[in-house]
Amino acid sequence: MNKVVANADEAIKGIESGMTLMLGGFGLCGIPENCIAALVRKGVNNLTCISNNAGVDDFGIGLMLQQKQVKKMISSYVGENAEFERQLLSGELEVELIPQGTLATRCMASGYGMPAVYLLAGVGTEVAEGKEVRNFNGKDYLLEYAFDSDFAIVKAWKGDAQGNLVFKDTARNFNPMMAMAGKITIAEVEELVPVGELHPNEIHTPGIYVHHIFQGKDYEKRIEQRTTRKKN
Amino acid sequence: MGLNKEQIAQRIAKELQNGFYVNLGIGIPTLVANYIPDGVNVVLQSENGLLGMGPFPFEGEEDADLINAGKQTITTLPGSAFFDSAMSFGMIRAGKVDLTVLGAMEVADNGDIANWKIPGKMVKGMGGAMDLVAAAKNIIVAMQHTNPKGESKLLSKCTLPLTGIKCVKKVVTDLGVFDIIADGFRCLEHAPGVTLDEIKAKTAGRLVIDDDVKEMVF
Repeated sequence: MNKVVANADEAIKGIESGMTLMLGGFGLCGIPENCIAALVRKGVNNLTCISNNAGVDDFGIGLMLQQKQVKKMISSYVGENAEFERQLLSGELEVELIPQGTLATRCMASGYGMPAVYLLAGVGTEVAEGKEVRNFNGKDYLLEYAFDSDFAIVKAWKGDAQGNLVFKDTARNFNPMMAMAGKITIAEVEELVPVGELHPNEIHTPGIYVHHIFQGKDYEKRIEQRTTRKKN
Repeated sequence: MGLNKEQIAQRIAKELQNGFYVNLGIGIPTLVANYIPDGVNVVLQSENGLLGMGPFPFEGEEDADLINAGKQTITTLPGSAFFDSAMSFGMIRAGKVDLTVLGAMEVADNGDIANWKIPGKMVKGMGGAMDLVAAAKNIIVAMQHTNPKGESKLLSKCTLPLTGIKCVKKVVTDLGVFDIIADGFRCLEHAPGVTLDEIKAKTAGRLVIDDDVKEMVF
């Protein structure tokens, strides 16, 4: 079982205009930098992107927005991006904002083969508009559907040729459940290690969920809010 | 003169109890971490996937892979744990987080909260706020009593799009501390130098003032 491809361009070969993509990451933390760059090079457009955030003006999904490759964003928080705001207000970009836990759980449902789940978030708010409400034990819940995506693109710390993945720190975030949710899942990793080097106990995402894997390069890993304290 | 932001955070910190798991929102709530009383051990949850959030890193030790929900670089502590976003909101939804502190644009006297959207202006999104307010056992709002125009943010009904309904339990503002009860905002304490008349004048929602309202002590 060898799922290794040479690079990001090869990994995204099957992605076409008009598709729905999931992209892992929280803010700029744990985003698939190499694949985003390859999508920009390839120039596919009319994409629907499911991702917690939309990057910043000149990094992350922001790079795809600059090239007007995105038709619709499905996210929980999209601040920090002036081009995004411009496209949203001018009507060029469609945006669906959904609660962060609902976003994560709709990915999870997809990866666990569940068509829908009942969730609390957004009851009584505009998020609930048009959704089925059901009462369990005296509390109202919204019916939320599992996401359907053509490709999921995730970033991991380490991975092997079988597609097993290990994430680092809070760069894990949405990556594991998106990896599980893609019809086809692409994983870019900082370090591609020989099969057997990752201990079975430490694997976060088993390789069965991953279709293509490659070792990324030149990670910038930009920090949005660099906050520090002084010694003493 | 009412409280400044640090004092609002300091007052809220007195609500922390030993053994609490706590989620602190962006802004004033983040400052609460600086005033955790001696002898009170709490574990801070960051909804992007960390329990046991530590202080900011020393200069030069920042790690792009280790941030909080406000995208700030942070550190871990002995006993910290990482997890994915589904588990993070799973623990929130399942009521494992004891206390959530967050900011608001408006709070209504029935516990409704609005803090994510101003129609016609840029909409940044709700992030994890809707999940947190829908599920947390105890929600304290930290905010200014009035908006920059001087209008009350403690209302009988929110005018902005709601984040959650009937969920806020307590509000700490620059003017006082208020529990939300069936009769509205029940004033428990007033800030030093703030009169009950000022609180009455600046509270648009139903207000209950008992005879034994205390002055806040720090």
